[in-house]
Amino acid sequence: MKKLKRKHVEERLFIGLMIASMVIVLSSLALILGAVLVKGLPALNWAMVTQVPKGGYYLGKEGGILNAITGSLALAGGATVLSFIVSLGVVFYLHLFAKNTHVIEVVRLALDVLWGIPSIVFGAFGFTLMLWMGMRASLLGGIITLALLELPVMTRTMDEVMQMVPFELKEAAYALGSTRVETALRVLWRQTLPGLLTAVLLAFGRGIGDAASVLFTAGYTDRLPTSLLRPAASLPLAVFFQLGTPVPEVRQRAYAAALVLTVIILLISIGSRLLTQRFTRHVIR
Amino acid sequence: MKNSSLRRQKERFAQWGMGALMTFAALLAPFIAVALWLRARPLFEIIPLGQLLVSSAWRPLQKEFGFLPFIVGSAAVTGLAMVLAVPPCLLCAIYLAEYAPRRLREAVKPLIDLLAGIPSVVYGLWGTLMIVPFIRDILIPWSQSVFPNTPLFQTQNPTGYSILAGGIVLAAMVFPVIISTAEEVIYAVPGGLREAALSLGATRWQTIKGVVLRRALPGILASVILGFSRAFGETMAVMMVVGNMPQIPHSIFDAGYPLSALIANNYGEMMSIPMYDAALLAAAFILLLLVLVFTVVARLFLLQAVKRAA
Repeated sequence: MKKLKRKHVEERLFIGLMIASMVIVLSSLALILGAVLVKGLPALNWAMVTQVPKGGYYLGKEGGILNAITGSLALAGGATVLSFIVSLGVVFYLHLFAKNTHVIEVVRLALDVLWGIPSIVFGAFGFTLMLWMGMRASLLGGIITLALLELPVMTRTMDEVMQMVPFELKEAAYALGSTRVETALRVLWRQTLPGLLTAVLLAFGRGIGDAASVLFTAGYTDRLPTSLLRPAASLPLAVFFQLGTPVPEVRQRAYAAALVLTVIILLISIGSRLLTQRFTRHVIR
Repeated sequence: MKNSSLRRQKERFAQWGMGALMTFAALLAPFIAVALWLRARPLFEIIPLGQLLVSSAWRPLQKEFGFLPFIVGSAAVTGLAMVLAVPPCLLCAIYLAEYAPRRLREAVKPLIDLLAGIPSVVYGLWGTLMIVPFIRDILIPWSQSVFPNTPLFQTQNPTGYSILAGGIVLAAMVFPVIISTAEEVIYAVPGGLREAALSLGATRWQTIKGVVLRRALPGILASVILGFSRAFGETMAVMMVVGNMPQIPHSIFDAGYPLSALIANNYGEMMSIPMYDAALLAAAFILLLLVLVFTVVARLFLLQAVKRAA
C-alpha cells in the first residue's frame, strides 16, 4: 500500500470543497423555493387569485391580488411586444444590412452595457422621461420603461440565435433573387423561430419579475388595468408593499403574490426549454 | 418592372427603419446618462460632485446632500456579498467545467439558470423570512460570545436587518452570474493544453491550477466584475433586508443604506422638497456611472479572454 502523495491529498481536498460549494449553491435555490412554497401555499386560495382588493383590504378584510396578477401580465406583455418589434429590427439590421464590423461590435457592446444597467436606473430614467412628456404614473409609462429594460436581453439573445444561421442559407436565398427583407421574413424568421421565442420568454421573465423600474413609472392601484393612462399594479410590488404591513392577513397576501410570481417564472423557464427542444427539429442545419 | 421597383422601395424603407431602431438601441445607454445628468445638474451647480461624494451629511431639508454613507453602504453590502460568493462560485464553476460528468452538468445548468430568473423581491422575501431571523437569533448572540469587543462584529442593532443580511441575499443573487460566465470561460480553454499537462504527470487539480486557471484568468476576472456590478445596482432585495439607516456602518451587523435603496425609498416625496429630486437623480447618475465603468472593464477582460482562447 503506497502512501498517498501530497498532490493527491490536495486534489481530494479541493474536490471535496467543490462539491460542498455546489451543495451551497443548489441548496440556496432549494431554500428560496422552499420558503416561498411553505409560506405561499397556505395563503393561496381561489378568492386570492380571482378578486381585487375590497374595502378594508389593507386591514385584513376581503379581497385578492387579481389586480396585481393582471397588472403584471399587462405590463410585461405590453413591454415584451414593444421590445420585440425594436429587437427584431435591430437584429435583422445587424445580420443583413450592416457591413462595417466595427459598427456591429459597437452596437453589441452598447447592448451589453445596457444589460448591465440596474433596473432602478431604468426606473429613474423612465420617470424623467415621463416628466418631460407630462405623464403621470401609468400602465403606459410602466410598459415603456420595462420595454427599455427588456431590450438588451431580447436583442442579445436573438443576436446569438441569428449568429447560428449558416451563411449558405442566406446565400441561397440571395441567389434565387430575393431581397434582404424577403430573406429576413421568409427564411431567417422560420429558421430562428424557436430561438426568437426563447428570447421573448426570457425577456418576459425579466420584465414580470422586475420591481424597481415600475415603482416610479407604473405606480400601484387596487383596480384592474383597464386604461393605458391609469396606474397599474404589479406582482413584485404587491409582495413588497404587503410584506411591510403589520397586519398578518395582508402579509399572507404578499406570500401568495410571491408564489404566483415564482410559478409564472418556473413556467417560463420550463416553457423555453420545451420550445427549444420541440422546434429545433424543423430547423435546417 | 413595376413590381421590382416596389420590392426595392420596400427594401429601402426596411433598411431605413431598422437602421433607425439600431441607432436608437445603440444610443440608449448614453442617452440615459445624459438625461439623468441634466435632471441632476441643478444640484451639481450648488454643490460640486467631488464634495457630494465625500460628504456624509444627509439633511435634505437643509439642502445638504452627502452621498458618502450611501456609497459606503453599497460598497459594504456588495463587498461582503463578493467575499461570500466568489470562492464557492469559482469552485462550483471549476467542478462543472472540469470534473462533473456530462449528465450532472446538464442537470445542474438549468437549475442555475432558474436561480438567475428568480425575481429580486422573492430573494428579498427569502431574506426577511430566513436570513434576518437567522442573524438576529443565532448569529448575533453567537458572535457576541465568541468575538467580544471585536470591532467588525460589535453592534447596537439587534434587529438582524443588517449589512450582513444584504450581503448574504446578494451573494445568492450573484451565484448564477458568476458561475455561468466563469464556467463557460473555463470550459473554453483548449483541451490540448490540459492533455500536455496531464501527460507530464500532473494531477487534474495541478493541471487546473497551473494551466487552465492561468489561461482562463481574464475571463474569471470578468465574471467576478459582472457579479459585482449586478450586486452593486440591485435594489429591491437589498432594500428589504439591509435596514436603511443613513449612517456609515462600522460592523457587519449594523444597518446600512445602499445608493439604490435611497432612490427607491424616497421617490414618493422627491417632488415635495426642493432639490430633492435632483439629489435622487444624481444618486441614480452616480450609480449608473459606476456600473458603466465596471461593465466596460469586464468586457475588456472578456475580449482578452476570447483572444487568448483563439
